[in-house]
Amino acid sequence: MTTFEAILLTIVTASTPLLIAALGELVTERSGVLNLGVEGMMAMGAACSFAAAVTFDSTVLGVAAGMLAGALMAALFALLVLGFAANQTGSGLALTILGLGLSGLVGAPFVGARRDPVPPVDIPGLSDIPVIGRLFFEQDLFVYASITLTILVALYLVRTRSGLTLRSIGENHTSANALGLPVWRVRFWAILFGGACAGLAGAYLALVYTRFWSPGMTAGRGWIALALVVFAAWRPGWVLVGAYIFGAATVLQLHAQAAQFGVPSQLLSAVPYLATILALLLLSIRHGRAIGAPGSLGVPFVPDR
Amino acid sequence: MRFELTPRTNISPVMRAVAPVVAFITAFLIAGFVIWLMGRSPIAAFDVYVLQPLSDPWSLQELVVKATPLALIAIGLSYCFRANLWNIGAEGQYTMGAIFGSWLALNTHGTDAGLWVLPLMLLLSILGGALYGLIPAFLKTRFGVNEILTSLMLVYVAQQILDYLARGPWRDPKGFNFPQSVTFDPAATLPSILEESRVHYGAIFALVAILVTAVILGRTLFGYRLKLTGDAPRAAQFAGFSARSTTLAVFAISGGLAGLAGIVEVSGQIGQIQPSISNNYGFTAITVAFLGRLNPVGILIASLVVALTFIGGENAQILLKLPLDLTQAFQGILLMCVLAADAMVSYRIRFATRGGGK
Amino acid sequence: MFSGKVFGALAGAAVLALSAGGAVAQPKDKIKVGFIYVGPVGDHGWSYQHDQGRQAIEKAFPGKVTTTFVESVPEADSERAIEQLARTGHDLIFTTSFGFMEPTLKVAKKYPNIKFEHATGFKRAPNLATYAAKFHEGRYIIGQIAGKMTKTDTIGYVGAFPIPEVIAGINAFYLGAQSVNPDVKIKIVFANTWYDPAKEGDAAKALLDQGVDVLAQHTDSPAPIQAAEARGKFGFGQASDMERFAPKAQLTAIVDNWSDYYVARTKAVLDGTWKSEDTWGGLDSKMVVMTPYKNMPDDVKKLAEETEAAIRSGKLNPFKCPIIGQDGKEIECKGNGALSDEQVLGMNFYVKGIEDKIPQ
Repeated sequence: MTTFEAILLTIVTASTPLLIAALGELVTERSGVLNLGVEGMMAMGAACSFAAAVTFDSTVLGVAAGMLAGALMAALFALLVLGFAANQTGSGLALTILGLGLSGLVGAPFVGARRDPVPPVDIPGLSDIPVIGRLFFEQDLFVYASITLTILVALYLVRTRSGLTLRSIGENHTSANALGLPVWRVRFWAILFGGACAGLAGAYLALVYTRFWSPGMTAGRGWIALALVVFAAWRPGWVLVGAYIFGAATVLQLHAQAAQFGVPSQLLSAVPYLATILALLLLSIRHGRAIGAPGSLGVPFVPDR
Repeated sequence: MRFELTPRTNISPVMRAVAPVVAFITAFLIAGFVIWLMGRSPIAAFDVYVLQPLSDPWSLQELVVKATPLALIAIGLSYCFRANLWNIGAEGQYTMGAIFGSWLALNTHGTDAGLWVLPLMLLLSILGGALYGLIPAFLKTRFGVNEILTSLMLVYVAQQILDYLARGPWRDPKGFNFPQSVTFDPAATLPSILEESRVHYGAIFALVAILVTAVILGRTLFGYRLKLTGDAPRAAQFAGFSARSTTLAVFAISGGLAGLAGIVEVSGQIGQIQPSISNNYGFTAITVAFLGRLNPVGILIASLVVALTFIGGENAQILLKLPLDLTQAFQGILLMCVLAADAMVSYRIRFATRGGGK
Repeated sequence: MFSGKVFGALAGAAVLALSAGGAVAQPKDKIKVGFIYVGPVGDHGWSYQHDQGRQAIEKAFPGKVTTTFVESVPEADSERAIEQLARTGHDLIFTTSFGFMEPTLKVAKKYPNIKFEHATGFKRAPNLATYAAKFHEGRYIIGQIAGKMTKTDTIGYVGAFPIPEVIAGINAFYLGAQSVNPDVKIKIVFANTWYDPAKEGDAAKALLDQGVDVLAQHTDSPAPIQAAEARGKFGFGQASDMERFAPKAQLTAIVDNWSDYYVARTKAVLDGTWKSEDTWGGLDSKMVVMTPYKNMPDDVKKLAEETEAAIRSGKLNPFKCPIIGQDGKEIECKGNGALSDEQVLGMNFYVKGIEDKIPQ
């Protein structure tokens, strides 16, 4: 494996949890709901997946538990913002705080435990292609899943009737309701999907990326996922691009240090964030204001009568 | 079965006042249940979390100390949130205010610069926080960039700048290369209100900010304009209120107050620049603002309540060996309960069986 | 979260001149001992090891000593937590991060009858002692192992922040490697965090991608050594034994062992013999412990064991003079045949052979 291939491989793995969580949030937001609780759901996903994987000695059960935990947290959020029409920004923040606290309680007994690595899936023949072979055909299952998920979400939103319904509800819930579309039901499932994805991203962090659990291990990745959705102008393909750019910025700053460029490490650490701001700015300049933002995003839905 | 929501037309002030109390009781019941599940006594926990800190003069002072930065930041955020603008980056504005103010403190260190240092430091911190807050506001008004994300990203950037300064140029040359600056001179230190107390003048600033805000929101055109921009942006436009200048104004105000909180904390509490100067105050203040329902008096109370959860949480660790995570989970539950209670005041909620629409 | 654990007990350099006689110590039957941690006890690194020490106290004095801890205490907001321990009847209080220095001093002045111990700082008082460990002794040994084990002549170092403690560790590591392999090169990455497993792992991968085949770390999680394991390369455990995270990769681990010290200091309070001191323990006092040398040829193992014995007996000092700086000039030797403690504790230069610059 050449250095170049190795770097690309690291970037892909660093980007995968961001991609998975951001795709989930994208679907939630396209239905018109802003869930700022990604970080909390991700933390719960990481803690619960690890707890289950160790207890039952099964990665599959661990992943399932992570997704379930994320979805349950999301259901709580749905109860607040759909059931009570509570403020979405506040509810999302509350979810983050709650998730970080609860994950600490769930994970505490599992400090110091470890899991064996999940073996990469080697597709014979294809993985021998130079450069892209290793990159695309010798990854762990999650990486394939994240790319498949990107395609599926894109197809769902654009090509299916149900996806169209979801988008119309996100654009204008009042007229969607007038047309008889089930605003609450669609949003409920969209929020749950977002939660399951955040949980899956957390499971990836705990089971594949670090293979141990520790408090606060999500370290702000949920917030980055939120940023990626806006960066991508609510389009799945661009989420993938954005996640990989952010992952690359994170990994390359470490390489820049190892290569002894002598730049302050604080500046390099700030690069991914500055790059995100710059990208947001360039996108906004190019596409004009509020590109692709669902019209009803963040607005509580209360039918007129 | 499903929910039905109907907006209430006339909301009684009694309901508005009772709702948070109900929310608090609910949150305590949930937390008590969790503690009971963990095999501990909920009553002992309540005593240690709430009653002991409230019945001891030392704890009460600490409560004020802890609530001061939270109240200062949250009251500023209430301007933004009222106008439906989501400044999530107060932590960065806090940091930048501390940096601006400390610049003067460190540059006058060891000189006989007199009484003018401290007031100027405070002004500089307000300026620093406001300028930093104006970045996302400008990006939003000029280019339509989402303010939630830019303000958040700028937090990380500000922290890296502080880190760089504390480890590099501002490091105390006599401090054995440890990452901290010299200790501020007395002229650059915010004094305590009473001898032998940790309560400093920052608490007065917070009270003043709350009072002024109450007047502005209740009695001035600007207050009306904020409310209208938040509740009915189109109406605000028709009324001739420019959304652009409103955005810039509220970000400058909230940034300035967060910046003031930054220097108050550094100069009144820590006494020097170090790589970490905040206990997530900028983020916790968002919780405070929501708990206080963006209302000045509410924020005053909420800042004390949140400070209480921190102090009670430490007590619980020391006396009952309850983990810190429980405190955080409780803060989340409390905020959820308050938001839900608020919603119940604004909307009539009933359960309807399927098909029974009206 | 930032944790400024820096070891630094500057011998007499900055002792506060509060020499007025403290209260006469009395033997006690039952005492309470409190701990302030900068991270969560579950960090499996710095705070975790201090908590192991706390548990050792409970085991050593059953029924006589109760212990308490407050975890994840932010340095900027620690005075209250420390004072709360003092107010709730604790007789001996350990504050375990550099950033707690000023608050500990303030509270210690206010409560002259309570004993305080601050890890890694340099300010003392009659009732405030300081303690730290000479981890660089262990780093010299792992440097020698790395110098022997590397096939690419490139060794790597994941640091947390460019502070003196980390810089001294890098220098000791590199000097050790150079002593057995003059051609060896070192690549250094600062993760700018003590604790973010994923980022630490990324930093380790970046080094491995650039040809490093033996990796040392000065961040707290097992992620870097685990990355080495996954690539079939070598690494060293940090703070605690990380063998179960990397059974094939861990050559040895430098363990922070606070237990003996904590038990001794607790006993001193029980006996009424506690005095404010400055302790800087190394391999000889078992504050720094090397786990068994594994996954290496016998000759390397023998070398490591000999070096460990030499350091323990005082025959070998990792910073023995002459020490040459990056500019080729000799560093002034202020100690007795080696750099002085102050020079080590405040170290802000790289030695000759390290091609990187210290980021400022």
